[in-house]
Amino acid sequence: MEISYYPGCTLKTSAKNYEKTGLALLPIFDISPVEIKDWVCCGATYSLTSDNLMYQLAPIRTLIRAKESGNPRLLTLCDMCYNTLKRAALFIENDEEKREKIKNFMDEEETDYRGDEVEVVHLLTLLNEIGSQKISEKLVKSPLDLKIATYYGCMLLRPKEIQADSAENPQLMENIFQGMGVEVVEYPFRTECCGSYQIVNRREIILDRTKKIISSAVKNNADLMVLSCPLCDYNLEATQKELIEQDSNFKPLPVLYFSQLLALILGIDPEINDWSLHNIDPTPVLKRKGLL
Amino acid sequence: MAKQEHQNIMDKIASANKSVTTGVDEKDIEHWVTIYIMGDEYKVPADLTIMQAMEFAGFKFTRSCGCRAGFCGACSTVYRLKNDYKLQTDMACQTRVQDGMFLVQIPFAPADKAAYLINEETYQPNIFIKYYPEIARCVSCNTCTKACPQDLQVMDYIQAALRGDFARVAELSFDCIQCGLCAIRCPAEIVHYHVAQLGRRMYSVHGLKKEENVENRVKEIEKGKFNQDFKKFLDMDEQEIKQAYRDQQKSKEVY
Ligand code: SF4
Ligand code: SF4
Ligand code: FES
Repeated sequence: MEISYYPGCTLKTSAKNYEKTGLALLPIFDISPVEIKDWVCCGATYSLTSDNLMYQLAPIRTLIRAKESGNPRLLTLCDMCYNTLKRAALFIENDEEKREKIKNFMDEEETDYRGDEVEVVHLLTLLNEIGSQKISEKLVKSPLDLKIATYYGCMLLRPKEIQADSAENPQLMENIFQGMGVEVVEYPFRTECCGSYQIVNRREIILDRTKKIISSAVKNNADLMVLSCPLCDYNLEATQKELIEQDSNFKPLPVLYFSQLLALILGIDPEINDWSLHNIDPTPVLKRKGLL
Repeated sequence: MAKQEHQNIMDKIASANKSVTTGVDEKDIEHWVTIYIMGDEYKVPADLTIMQAMEFAGFKFTRSCGCRAGFCGACSTVYRLKNDYKLQTDMACQTRVQDGMFLVQIPFAPADKAAYLINEETYQPNIFIKYYPEIARCVSCNTCTKACPQDLQVMDYIQAALRGDFARVAELSFDCIQCGLCAIRCPAEIVHYHVAQLGRRMYSVHGLKKEENVENRVKEIEKGKFNQDFKKFLDMDEQEIKQAYRDQQKSKEVY
């Protein structure tokens, strides 16, 4: 089965490990992702200004190109892209007047888009559709003596209209990993915000959040943390070194994209990972657990 | 080049181009159109290009004009047509005048060009953001694409730059003539053609496989294989060079 694929900029630059491992999973389940041609950056944040429609153009163009690709299911891996594309689609579907206005602005271009022709779907949703049963059948590494903390953050779960799972008790990653015998630890900050773009000018917020989130996962005996958002990954990883310097009691925790861990468990060549992209080296714990 | 010398060359090119508008009696010209050059009205023959029409009207190009063949990108024009809300952009040497055209030549598009040593850069996608961080401001309005007289997918190459896809930037921007029309229309103030040039340079230096025959030829040149021939030309006077050119043209196949 073919599925349209929208990578987004980060997966082509700093989150290469996510793209490589995420896409490597799909052929195992007979899914071929087809990258849509000449996609544009989604804008990275959904615009909340109701009178400046210019910022809606980027995600809408991507939806149009997905529609043109003839494969109207659009796969995203990045939570930010998922959120932006899905909300833009909903916005243009529900507001006919604004839709017309945007269409008029894009004159001279062949466009006819209502908002409901493309379905934006996240990789985690896709894997849940395949089901943990089927995924576990492909298990290569077992038994697994591994405790992980899942981290969801905001973009996949909020707002309600576009959420991929319950915002209070999401199970998308739990379903996959528990099904394979991986222990998912409980800790209270799975859906806590990582601080997001505040990293640009209010770094202290991210430091504070990271300390809280990581320390709690460590206290609950997690060996590592898995997540699906490049920005969460950046925030939760990049600031750990500073936290170690600030506080000798702070215990760091390796953070991986869930797809990196899943790819290892399913026996995909670990060489596709560039471990140097990690701020906290996950290879020692992965080796200890027999995954490398 | 000294200013005076430059001026002389421009005069020569302009007078060579006059043949289009001279030698014909105005009485014999049947079709005329009215155009407005920087607000003033002029009647000009209908089959001229904007550039020729402006010269017919008495303007003399000292800037905004180079190859007269659509290649150099010097003659960017901005105009509107009667009863049309759209602001149009085109090359003056390639576009015919139309009745009711309001036009202006832009002598030059101011642009900030980053300085870099291409051989010392690493082939990493973030180089575009490093030198032209403003590309992250692109809102995908596609105005640049609509402004491009070369019909390039300008927005798409900026977006390819944003994700560091060197090959795609090079491919999509290959026919860019650096006219600057995209840059003067972009709401994000991006200087597209410089971004594209960085992409093509990176791609050709670090991305493309080296062509064996080019490498060999460069070696031959360095060894001095053509020094003798060069010297022959350098010693010729103007007449001899012209003659050599004509002989060479004659020996060419006619297609
Ligand atoms: S891309 Fe820009 S500079 Fe290049 S030809 Fe098109 S409009 Fe001119
Ligand atoms: S005109 Fe500027 S903002 Fe609009 S699509 Fe082109 S580069 Fe992006
Ligand atoms: S004069 Fe060179 S492109 Fe028009």
